[in-house]
Amino acid sequence: MRREVATVGIALLAALAIGSALILVAGRSPGHVWFAMLARTLGDPYLFGQILYKATGLALTGLAVALALDAGLFNIGAEGQLTAGVLACAVVGQALPAGTPAILAIPACTLAAALAGAAIGVTIGALRVTRGAHEVITSIMLNAIVVGVALWIGNAVLFRGGATRGGAIVAGAELPPLGLAGSAANASIVIAALCVGGMWWLRARTTWGAAWRAVGRDPAAARSVGIGVGRVQILAMLGSGALAGLAATNFVLGHKHAFEEGLGRGTGLLGISAALLGRLHPLGVALAAILLGFLSVGGLAVNDLVPKELTEMLQGVVLLSVAVAVPWVRRRWAQ
Amino acid sequence: MISILLSATFGAQILRIAIPYVLAALGGAITERSGVVDLALEAKLLFGAFAAAAVGHATSSPMAGLAAGIAAGALVAGVQIGLALWLAADQVIVGVALNLLALAGTRFLLQLLFDEGSNSPYTPGFGDAVLGNPIAWLALVAAIAVPLALRHTRWGLRLRAAGDRPEALAAVGVSATRTRLFAALVGGALAGAGGAQLSLSVNGFSADMSGGRGYIALAMVILAGWRPAWAAIACVGVALGESLRIYFQVADVAIPRELAPLVPYVLTLVVLVVLGGKRRPPPASLGK
Repeated sequence: MRREVATVGIALLAALAIGSALILVAGRSPGHVWFAMLARTLGDPYLFGQILYKATGLALTGLAVALALDAGLFNIGAEGQLTAGVLACAVVGQALPAGTPAILAIPACTLAAALAGAAIGVTIGALRVTRGAHEVITSIMLNAIVVGVALWIGNAVLFRGGATRGGAIVAGAELPPLGLAGSAANASIVIAALCVGGMWWLRARTTWGAAWRAVGRDPAAARSVGIGVGRVQILAMLGSGALAGLAATNFVLGHKHAFEEGLGRGTGLLGISAALLGRLHPLGVALAAILLGFLSVGGLAVNDLVPKELTEMLQGVVLLSVAVAVPWVRRRWAQ
Repeated sequence: MISILLSATFGAQILRIAIPYVLAALGGAITERSGVVDLALEAKLLFGAFAAAAVGHATSSPMAGLAAGIAAGALVAGVQIGLALWLAADQVIVGVALNLLALAGTRFLLQLLFDEGSNSPYTPGFGDAVLGNPIAWLALVAAIAVPLALRHTRWGLRLRAAGDRPEALAAVGVSATRTRLFAALVGGALAGAGGAQLSLSVNGFSADMSGGRGYIALAMVILAGWRPAWAAIACVGVALGESLRIYFQVADVAIPRELAPLVPYVLTLVVLVVLGGKRRPPPASLGK
């Protein structure tokens, strides 16, 4: 645990240093820009709400990547699983009869989102286990395929009047906003929090969690103690896909209330950063999601000082820093 | 229709589209055969495209642009190797992170250098004639030379040893890390040249103009069982598919335009699933 905290601390310091260098390149004073970023986002209820909105989606895709990685699989496909979830969630929400009560509509849409994501996830897991197809390659292929097919379905069936937006979901399926100055933050944060808690419990307190982490650490050893490695990996990808799909509730039920082209895009890829920065621990992933949300909203808030692309770069820098800090700390600790 | 497909202009179009794919795939094959996972191909294409456009614009010389693209690709490879081998960072994560960084970094540079959100100013190119395009010749020469060099030269032998049996290489006193670095620099340079073709062929850089070509090229390398010649041929196949799509769009044939670009992705998946474990194995020490 202390080692993980040290790893993240070093990675964040490195990212802060590189970020400061980039701010200097852009011709500004780093202290001034960092302070402005903090003061403007935390002092403004709307921007604070936007951070929570970003963090909600990122926490779910981050948990998705973390779950798969715990079982030794690199699920780079959260992007496609999320898109499948967005499409399914919106289609079900739109198809429900008007006047469906929330108690039916919300679970139906949430289930649709999770199932759609899980279907993509389990495909990747099954191809890996049964055909030996590397999950990184199949994930990249499926990301492109799902996004393309979703756009095709959108254009052919859902989009109306030249817009890239489908029909609205029934009123009962809408999740209420948190009421933070009209920001997009909404009640799906409860779903994310439940998933964080549930994942923590599964991972730390159940034999399931022990089995999937054993598979991730050493598949051969896990097999020798009687764990069905292939089955665990397929189930882990099923759960991973479902978590990524659930992020759709934040975007569709909580904010846009319809299928839109590109809705939630990037959240799946950034989930990789959230998972690794959170060191795969559910609480860590949640904190990392908030930090990454802060970076992306903060970047917009100081766009008058430095280009907002700077904080987008930082998200990649953070990922690199963690990748470098992990083996570095491991060597130091071993001495 | 047949006459159009056999026409010289259609053939030239296929070759033009194939150049970035072929160069990226050859670069990726070299890097991966030396034992380094090369997900960062996308970053090499993108930075290569940007550097070519920026330097080409500043000097009004497409040749200087091409050189800058090559240098940028090699530079990304150098960073990749530094992080992945000297600092022992996870190779897959380094690749994903560099791609994220390239996407945002090139747009950051667009803002800083040109005060533009998504497009660079005009850059002179080599024109539409394939035969007059030095990048086309580079791709052709590389497609022939890389497979031969891997198989028949001492460099190729050492490179393959670094990928399959690094300990054997160490036993004869050759550093596997240095062999991999040099392989990755050559591979990055080729991918960077592919990036230069992307921007120089349309007289400027635009954000995310690599559009997943690096991933496709890597998939073709894997499909080809890490054999560069077959990877290059597979890339020409991808280019043929893309040309057909453009043709169908012009000819207004009823293929949903959203689905046509997915053909190479679906094809890759199908081949992976059908061939399964029967494909050629990856280099034994890939990613270790």
